Amino acid sequence: MSAAFDEKVHRTLADANLQLAIYRATARLIDHRKQAVAAAALPDYQELRTAANSIKRHTIDHLDHYLEHFEANVTAHGGKVVYCQEATEVADFVLGLAKQRGAHLIVKSKSMTTEEIDLNERLEHHKLESVETDLGEYILQLAHQRPYHIVAPALHLTRYDVGDLFARTLGVANETVVEKQTLIARAVLRQKFLAADMGISGANFLVADSGAVVIVENEGNARLTTSAPKIHIAVAGIEKLIPRAQDLAVFLKLLGRSATGQALTVYTSFLSGPRRAGEIDGPEEFYVVLLDNGRSRLLADRAKRESLYCIRCGACLNHCPVYRKIGGHSFPWVYSGPIGAIITPQFLGIEREPSLPFASSLCGACAEVCPVKIDIPKVLLDLRAEAKQNEERKGVNRLERLAFKIWAWVMCHPRIYEMAAMAAAGVAPAGNGKWLRSAPALMNLPPVRAWLSQRDLPPAPAASFRELWRKR
Amino acid sequence: MSREAILNKVRTALGRTAGQAIAEPPPVRLRVAEMDAEMRAANLLRAVEALAGKTRRAATTEDARAYVGAVLDGRPAVASNASFLRECGIVDLPGVESGFTDAAALRVRCATADVGITSADYALADTGTLVMLASPAEARLVSLLPPVHIAVAPIGRVLSGLDELFTILPNPAAGTSSMVLITGPSRTADIEQILVRGVHGPGEIHVVVVG
Repeated sequence: MSAAFDEKVHRTLADANLQLAIYRATARLIDHRKQAVAAAALPDYQELRTAANSIKRHTIDHLDHYLEHFEANVTAHGGKVVYCQEATEVADFVLGLAKQRGAHLIVKSKSMTTEEIDLNERLEHHKLESVETDLGEYILQLAHQRPYHIVAPALHLTRYDVGDLFARTLGVANETVVEKQTLIARAVLRQKFLAADMGISGANFLVADSGAVVIVENEGNARLTTSAPKIHIAVAGIEKLIPRAQDLAVFLKLLGRSATGQALTVYTSFLSGPRRAGEIDGPEEFYVVLLDNGRSRLLADRAKRESLYCIRCGACLNHCPVYRKIGGHSFPWVYSGPIGAIITPQFLGIEREPSLPFASSLCGACAEVCPVKIDIPKVLLDLRAEAKQNEERKGVNRLERLAFKIWAWVMCHPRIYEMAAMAAAGVAPAGNGKWLRSAPALMNLPPVRAWLSQRDLPPAPAASFRELWRKR
Repeated sequence: MSREAILNKVRTALGRTAGQAIAEPPPVRLRVAEMDAEMRAANLLRAVEALAGKTRRAATTEDARAYVGAVLDGRPAVASNASFLRECGIVDLPGVESGFTDAAALRVRCATADVGITSADYALADTGTLVMLASPAEARLVSLLPPVHIAVAPIGRVLSGLDELFTILPNPAAGTSSMVLITGPSRTADIEQILVRGVHGPGEIHVVVVG
């Protein structure tokens, strides 16, 4: 585990308020989802998951075809598709367009993809004002923080944090009533919407047969972002495609329910191109930025390809016992929880945080709740194998490998195993699993210390399983 | 060119060649429930109320007009160009402005009006959803900028749910640049998971089914 990861994990574990905030928020989301997908509310939930998985599998397996199909339909409706390989290309495109059109103020609706490429920072570096308009994202932008959770970005902040933050950054009175805080944000952001030259959104789905961008949200900020300014730019990963508008009947039923327990979120926008002749309002220019940023790299491996099926509902975070203890900011990149643990190493390379695939108990809760049936534990195991093969190639962690070789050999020899177990039980005073900690000479050995930084040895039992079995 | 670079990377990784035919996609999955119009209307209004929306089952267009008039109570309102609102006489209610064809003028009016009045192209009974298609009859901002939204639609436009919508509109982009589904008032739970209505869109929504 890297020192930075280790430090963040321990800081989160030691913060009782933060632990409570994470526990409460995820418990509520778990409960809402559970009711929404129960047989009484959605009898064909499992069939829908199977359908969603097969549609995503088909689309990703033929992604080149659907990218071109989507592009042709966007173009036919008067929009433009811009392919970008990485972050700087997206920023260069937006900056170039802003310069041509004399745009200064940009309103943004929530998008994990733009978080991934630090788009706001890149635009602000060039003196453009780029304002987040989702309430949670706006709070985080003022606080200079990144999202704590895919769907509940400011989950870790209290109303008192928000009151202090608004007072400090907006020059308003310190207000701790959430309704009033919301009104403050509404008033500030309403002016931004009406003055903005350009709106940048993300996309939940890209519909190939319609050339449409689909955005789901609850606040109305994405509708404003995509309706009020003259220019709309949607930024999306290339994996967001689905073949047909009719497939939304499957995905929309799963997304809201899995994310927040809503049958449908308040607003679902299906946008295909700029305003047409006769339509009264809407943007005059429409662009879709298709971002690769490491995605095409993991297409080659058939087993890991399914990581790209993700529709970013966040259910795996809420149900993950590891996420629920270590929180979102412990993770090395913008994507946290089980899905973050599988896509971060694949998008950025395993070197970024080699221990990430190991930060899981493999309990399987993530796979059980995933609306598109990604087998996250299986992908984690594949990534672990890859990380260990890398270590082997580099010749690091030889001691650990030796220890496991000995362990494997002992496990294959029952008599020797029995003798070793008896010896271990004899050395360890019964009933005290922390006996090693009271032996400084042993504790100072780096491998022992590393092992025990995350674990306790269990107390030695009065009789071993083998002894009990023989007595039967 | 990044376009070619990305498409080539994708094709190479998938073992495909440019223009190669694709396998048949999985069949479309649409299950339309059989339901009579009255049942649809009743379900729609129940679902809207469950989302803290207000409802009116109006027997006649006069009844719808009276309900809208009572909600408005003379407050400044902007109405869309939907012909059904004219049929109901709603555009003639005191305080109501309608007939906007210019985006700038419409935006100024919507930004100051207390109430936005629209029809709805469809409504979805099972989720309490309004389906708004952008057109000369319906602008986007009327249902978005004012703090109160009233939607008035004839009973024949109430569908059972998403599956029926996508059966009727297999490709919504064929007829409009924007289809928006509205399910209840604008809301957030971003601060301490506390539910607040009326963040950026209307915090109050009324659905009137006529006929």
